[in-house]
Parts: sequence; C-alpha cells; structure tokens
Amino acid sequence: MYTEARMAEPHWGGDYAFLFENLILKDFRIRYRNMSLGILWSLINPLVMMIVLTFIFGRVFPNGNSNIQPFPVFVLCGIVPFNFFVGALMSGATSIVDNAGLVKRVMVPREVIPIAAVLSNCVHLLIQFALLLLITVVFGLRPNRYWLWLPVIWALYVVLVCGLALGASAVNVFIRDTRYVLESFTTVLFWLVPIFYPFSIIPQKYWDIYQFNPVAALVMAMRNILMDGIAPPRSLIENLIIAASVALGLGLLIFRRLKPGFYEHI
Amino acid sequence: MDPALRFDSVTKTFVHHAGQMLLRERMIELIRPSRRPRFEALKDISFELGHGESLGLIGPNGAGKSTILNLATGLVQPDHGKITTTGRVTALLELGAGFHPDLTGAENVRVNAAMMGMTRRQTLELFEEIVEFSGVREFINEPLRTYSSGMAVRLAFSVAIAANPEILLIDEVIGVGDQAFYAMCLKKIRSFQENGKTIVLASHSTELITMFCNQALWIERGRVVEQGPAAEVVAAYKAKGI
Repeated sequence: MYTEARMAEPHWGGDYAFLFENLILKDFRIRYRNMSLGILWSLINPLVMMIVLTFIFGRVFPNGNSNIQPFPVFVLCGIVPFNFFVGALMSGATSIVDNAGLVKRVMVPREVIPIAAVLSNCVHLLIQFALLLLITVVFGLRPNRYWLWLPVIWALYVVLVCGLALGASAVNVFIRDTRYVLESFTTVLFWLVPIFYPFSIIPQKYWDIYQFNPVAALVMAMRNILMDGIAPPRSLIENLIIAASVALGLGLLIFRRLKPGFYEHI
Repeated sequence: MDPALRFDSVTKTFVHHAGQMLLRERMIELIRPSRRPRFEALKDISFELGHGESLGLIGPNGAGKSTILNLATGLVQPDHGKITTTGRVTALLELGAGFHPDLTGAENVRVNAAMMGMTRRQTLELFEEIVEFSGVREFINEPLRTYSSGMAVRLAFSVAIAANPEILLIDEVIGVGDQAFYAMCLKKIRSFQENGKTIVLASHSTELITMFCNQALWIERGRVVEQGPAAEVVAAYKAKGI
C-alpha cells in the first residue's frame, strides 16, 4: 500500500564507555540496594550448588566420579559458566521489553540495552569467579601460566552470550513466549553440559551433542586450565571462536532487521 | 543551509494488534495470514523548519502531535515520506522516561546524561549546573521515588537542556512544574531560541505557542487543518471555539 520509505536512525554521537559504565552501575545498584546481604547473594547460590552436587555425586552416586579430585572445584567449573549463561541470557532476552520506556522515549542506540544487560551479569560473574579461584587454591591447586587463557576464553564466551541476547531480545518483542522457550532450553542445557560428570564418561556415539556446545566447551577448557594445569586443546578454542562469531553475527543481523518494529510492538 | 527539521509528506500508520504477541497468534498467522486493520496516525504531513525557528503543534488529544515528535526523534519510522534532521536532537517526551525510581537523583542524572550522548567530561562539568537549575539540590542524593512528579520533571528538564541540543522537542511536560520553575523553563527556552536553536513544542496552551513559536501546525485525526504563522493558526484554532 505504501512505498518503502526509511530514514536512517539518527547518529548518536555519545560516549559508549561512559554509557555502558552507567548502565551497568545502574543495574548493580538497583539489584543490591534492597538486599541486606548485598553481593553475598551472588556467592550463596554457587556455594549451595557446589555442596549439594558434591554430596550427591561425590558420596551418593560416586560411580565414575571417584577419581575426580577435588570434586568441589570440578563442580564449580561447571556451575559458574552455566549460571552466567542462564542469568545473562535471560536478562538480556527480556531487556528490550523490560526497558520499554527507554526504547520508546530515549534516543539511545538500542543494541546497547541487551549488551548492557549481559555485561551487568559480568559483575556477578567476577564475584563468583573470585570464589572459584579461591576454592581452587584452598584445595591445593596452584596458579599456573595457563591461567592466562582464562580471560581469552571468557571474553569469547561473553561475546557469544551478547550475540544470543541480541537475537533473543529482538524476537521476544514480537513473540513474548520467547523467554519461556529459553527457560526450557536452559533446563535441558543443564543436563547437556558436563557440570557434575566428566566428559570422559560420555559414550562416544553421543559426542556430537557436545561437540558443538560452546557452554560445554568453556566448562571443559576451565577444567583443563584450573585442574589439569594444561592449555585448553585447540578444538575447544576453535569451538568458542566459531560459536562467538556466529552468535554475534546472527544476533546483530536479527536485531537490526527487527529493530524498526520495536516501537510499535512494545 | 539545510533546514533543521523537515517532514516531506509523512504518513504513519499503526496496527491495531489488541496486545496479542504470543506464539500461538504468530503460528496461526503463519498458516492463515490476516491483514490486521491499520490506523492512520498521520497522513501526508509536510513542513520545514529552519535553524532557530520554533514550531508549535496544536490539536485535540489523539490528533497526532506526539507521533510527530516521536517521528522527529527517529525512534519511529514513517510508512511513507521522508524526515530529515540536522544537528543533535533531544526530546522531552515524557516526564523522566529513563529515570529509575530506586536510583538517587544524582545517579539518574548521570545515567540520563550518558544516554543522551554526553561524555564523562561533559557530565562532570555540567553536573553542578544541572543540579542548580533543577532546584532539587537538597534531595539530589535521595531515591527518585521520594520525589514529587514536579521535582522529577525539573530534574529531567535540567538534564535535557544541559545536553545542549540543536533541536529540542517538548511534549507538554514543562507544565508539571510550579510557577517559579515554569518561568525558569520559559526563560531557558527563550535563551535557546536566541542562540539559534530549533524547538518543536506540542501543547494545549495556545498562549505558550503564540509566545514562543513563529510557526504552528494544527492537526486533527492525523491530518493538517491549518499550518502557517503561529498567530494566524492559533487564531483560527480559537475561532473554532475551544
């Protein structure tokens, strides 16, 4: 009925670093200002999970796990990446709809909103990471030079989650059940990531399920570095690089395609 | 020189979608595509506003005044026609959009300044000025939810003004403050105009429009009833008996 007539989004000549800093601080303040225990809450969940899983899979069903030492470190290497994945993806996916006021009224580049939501979760991640490293050292594992790999694999992982969050947040505007689909997906993912079992006990015929799973790749790389004291194998790094680039590329593409419709559908 | 703001036969329609954004509806649509009724919020709107000019938008509620402002920000795309702007646009569309009730006034100022595109340095330099102008210094470290709506709008206006835009879009909001603040806002807008900035003001107050705008656009149901020099349009609007 109408001819296509588009106007380019006005140029936003602002300061991205300052903007991200403020948005992350904002999330952090809102979340913790009303909590008496503050950031301790970020530590309680992984600690409880670590204790429960160590008890269940270290004591109740020790089959196949008895040679993994120390088991608490092994479990935390799985929980910390998984928790970050779920937390960051969910808050990223709902970010556009949750920030309707910003999207409709403030001239800020919209890509910033899901990315800031993911980066805000990095604050909790750092707290949990500190806990993980502390427990690693408490259990007698010494820092080694391969720890230098940690920022590299985590940077790739954060990029991956940013890509997924961009795509999911845009789709969620048009299909509001997206978050429930994602919730089911992350429940399944919990079992498909070797969190409380080692990769080595998986029968070879199922390896394909894990081969392309970047969350599993990160978990395994973490264990290589922290527990085995070796560099993560090349295949895992490649897996992460490919997953991060594909997710970011596709996420941005979907976001840009759907962005013009945000205003009307929120 | 290019005009500051130009609408070239802009038409904007919205879908009546009855709030159905669920997977079920999307799937049904895939199988059985339905043309949802669209409603024309704006039809064939054209105007040109030079640098330093001010346009007043008048018309009853739901006429399309806010849609024009939204289109000018670039947050919404027109279905048809073309909109061009030159220079930074700042919009005061809704009292404290982007303000969060749990953050303090000062924190909200920083977040908003960053979103409007101010750098860290500009924000630091202008912070005092913003607080001073807002007149809520006493409460600047209190959470925003303790503010009255008038106080919140003072703060929002102060930040938007500090961003020093080339084009300022204002939607009624300044009417929320008290007399003293209102007077300050008007003074500020006046000095803005003197500095060659462009203003678009949507208001039900014909006085405000004759006071500040050299041009006016009277719309009803998305269509132009009259446009031209503010005094004439306002006179016609009044003559219609409101």
